[in-house]
Amino acid sequence: MKENVVIIGGGIAGMEAARQLLLLGYTPIIVEKKDHLGGHVARWHKLFPDMAPAGDLVRRLSEAISEANIFLETRITSINRLSNGYVVMLSNGVSIPCRAVLGASGFRLFDASKKEEYGYGVYNHVITNSDLEAWFNGAEDPRIVADPKAVGFVHCVGSRDLKAGNSQCSKVCCMTAVKQAIELKERFPDARIYCFYMDLRLFGKKYEDFYINAQQEYGIQFIRGRVSEVGETAEERLQVKAEDTLSGKPLKVQLDLLVLMSGMVCNPEVAEFARTIRLDVDSDGFLKSLDNVGGINRSNQPGFFYAGACTGTKTVPETLAEARAAALDIHRYLLGK
Amino acid sequence: MIYEGKQKIWKDYQKEIPDDHWYFVRSCIRQNFFPASERMFTEITRNVLGKDVYETPYHTTCGGIAYHCDTLPQETAMTIVARQFALMTEAGYENYAASCITSFGNYAEVLETWHEFPELEARIREQLWKATRREFKKPKYLAHTSDLIYHWRNQIAEKAKFRLVDKDTGEPLRIAEHIGCHYAKMFPSKGVGGAEYPYVLTGMVESWGGQIIDYPERRHCCGYGFRQYHVKANRGYCVSNTHKKFESMEPYGIQAIVTNCPGCPYFMDRWQYFIAEQTGKTYGKDGFGIPVLTYEELAGLVLGYDPWDLGLQLHQVAVEPLLDRIGIPYDPKAKYLGVNKEDLLRPSLPQTLKCF
Amino acid sequence: MMDFGFKLSKSATIDLDRAGTERYEKLCALSPDARTCMACGSCSATCTAASFSGMSVRKVILGLQRGQDVRPLLSACMLCGKCTLVCPRGINTRRLILNLSKSYD
Repeated sequence: MKENVVIIGGGIAGMEAARQLLLLGYTPIIVEKKDHLGGHVARWHKLFPDMAPAGDLVRRLSEAISEANIFLETRITSINRLSNGYVVMLSNGVSIPCRAVLGASGFRLFDASKKEEYGYGVYNHVITNSDLEAWFNGAEDPRIVADPKAVGFVHCVGSRDLKAGNSQCSKVCCMTAVKQAIELKERFPDARIYCFYMDLRLFGKKYEDFYINAQQEYGIQFIRGRVSEVGETAEERLQVKAEDTLSGKPLKVQLDLLVLMSGMVCNPEVAEFARTIRLDVDSDGFLKSLDNVGGINRSNQPGFFYAGACTGTKTVPETLAEARAAALDIHRYLLGK
Repeated sequence: MIYEGKQKIWKDYQKEIPDDHWYFVRSCIRQNFFPASERMFTEITRNVLGKDVYETPYHTTCGGIAYHCDTLPQETAMTIVARQFALMTEAGYENYAASCITSFGNYAEVLETWHEFPELEARIREQLWKATRREFKKPKYLAHTSDLIYHWRNQIAEKAKFRLVDKDTGEPLRIAEHIGCHYAKMFPSKGVGGAEYPYVLTGMVESWGGQIIDYPERRHCCGYGFRQYHVKANRGYCVSNTHKKFESMEPYGIQAIVTNCPGCPYFMDRWQYFIAEQTGKTYGKDGFGIPVLTYEELAGLVLGYDPWDLGLQLHQVAVEPLLDRIGIPYDPKAKYLGVNKEDLLRPSLPQTLKCF
Repeated sequence: MMDFGFKLSKSATIDLDRAGTERYEKLCALSPDARTCMACGSCSATCTAASFSGMSVRKVILGLQRGQDVRPLLSACMLCGKCTLVCPRGINTRRLILNLSKSYD
């Protein structure tokens, strides 16, 4: 009989790890609290830098793990340590003994309504990056008007924000904002589009090319200054205030749509859970890797491994690479090497 | 605007407000600016609602105005505050209600500072003892008097003779609220509804039949800013901020503004005259301004008190169009008679802003 | 008008809805690389005229984006071309200045 490996979370990290574990001859068991696989990526429209449909990635992964055991709409009620592994108890009554567990529980999207000054949930035309992707994917959204004349993107919403409890940069939002700004400009060629940023952190393959393209071909304007306050005008447009730090002057502009780049934050439930089996939690609330250079996949407990954004903010390719690395690491561990 | 979104935020910022037994302290300036407002507070709370609201003639300034004008170090302000707390303690109260927003902010700031730096609190206690032989307990509850009127808003609504409704159309009056900066911007959790979407005045207006109108510069300071106004060279900044607010309010057809600060209603009322003289522009209907009321004046109006007993003749902006709209009776000939029916003399009328 | 001894102050706020950017757009039609400025400041750091006149190609581009009159800056340029040499985005700043100057004729 093939050996079980429990994977907590059915996002792309869990799926990619399951695929590799199947190839290595194990029986991966994915436990996912939602009713579908793919996590945040399943809601996404297109992935930078190649603009490939996110759905294709999720579909490919789903097909590749058809032989895995997958429990949807299932939660883990407890994990108990054994002398040589774990027993994972599920909300459906199943309990699984195993020697290795992979934590792939991902991140939470920052709740943008916590930044009260931006009025998410209060003003009619304030949405998040995630809402916009859903709209690109065909979901109805009455907050997005038919013919916007001006659109703004606010970078770093809940990220790099000590007051919101998150010191970390979410890495992907700068690039996502550039990508979404271009996609919106393609749909609304007459709209003025502004990105309000503090620093542009465009570190990945081809990201800078996107930025140059956004400036030159799409005329997207980048304003260095964090939006401090949003109000709604009598015409139900948005009045946005920021400092134009390069001019050294306050700036205001009226917009028809404001997109908040909600960051990646830790899942507090996971941190709570981690304490029950003495997994270390990092100062940013994410699960703590054994070390952040050579041991990102490893936890402080034998047999417990990590992949993806449960240990910190990650891009999609980083997550997939970590999932593969974790599968190999688990294989090494189970071979006793 | 999504009303439910605001309600969600309001839920996060509800403070506990005891129902009775308050030690009440007045503002330095409100009795000059709006002479009946604090009088109405004691009248409504004691005589209409039957609450125990105690005050003592030994109360002085809290030092906040000098502290914010940079003429008093914080430690001195703290010792003054300590003395006020001692007066409260001696009177046997533990719920402290300040009529002034800056006092309220000052008290909240002092209590927070003592919480962070207990050694400072010990030093202030020692200084107060040396100077006055007084000791004090810190208030168990600190409130602004608008918190109390908010707390009792529905009881006031039950006793109201008028509602904030246009008597001809039946529509709720379109009212803007303005919260003093020191109410919640320093400590959002100390204000009813928080700092971004405060509920304290909104709750009163809704309870009394009116409709709150939000506008982009709602959160903006009235411009008073202590040194901005008190130093004449800076006074242009003061009025420019008020001007910014009125420009932002202009498209909404706002019929009245309600405030909870000593300075804000004064500047928002008086500066309408200045702006009219400088720019030729008025913001109410037919050349009038927009009346700016304190929440006690508004409460007094809905409870049926005579507008002239509420001191509304001392406003720059004429309140008569608002009274007519609600259907509140008044005697135009009695406008400039004082409470003792003595003639107060008539002010000369401005050129641009229409007044009576 | 009554003299109160103080006046309404002029707001320093940049109102992007009222900042006329026609000149910027016209310039970008002739010098599309103007759009790629990332405000690094290399041009100003190396500019012969900057320390004496405040000239800065970065500020010229920003000023145009904010609808400001940039002629005072422009008049200090000596067209030496040093800024073109250092621009990491390869903006042809000399051509940009010449195109812009023509638009003011």
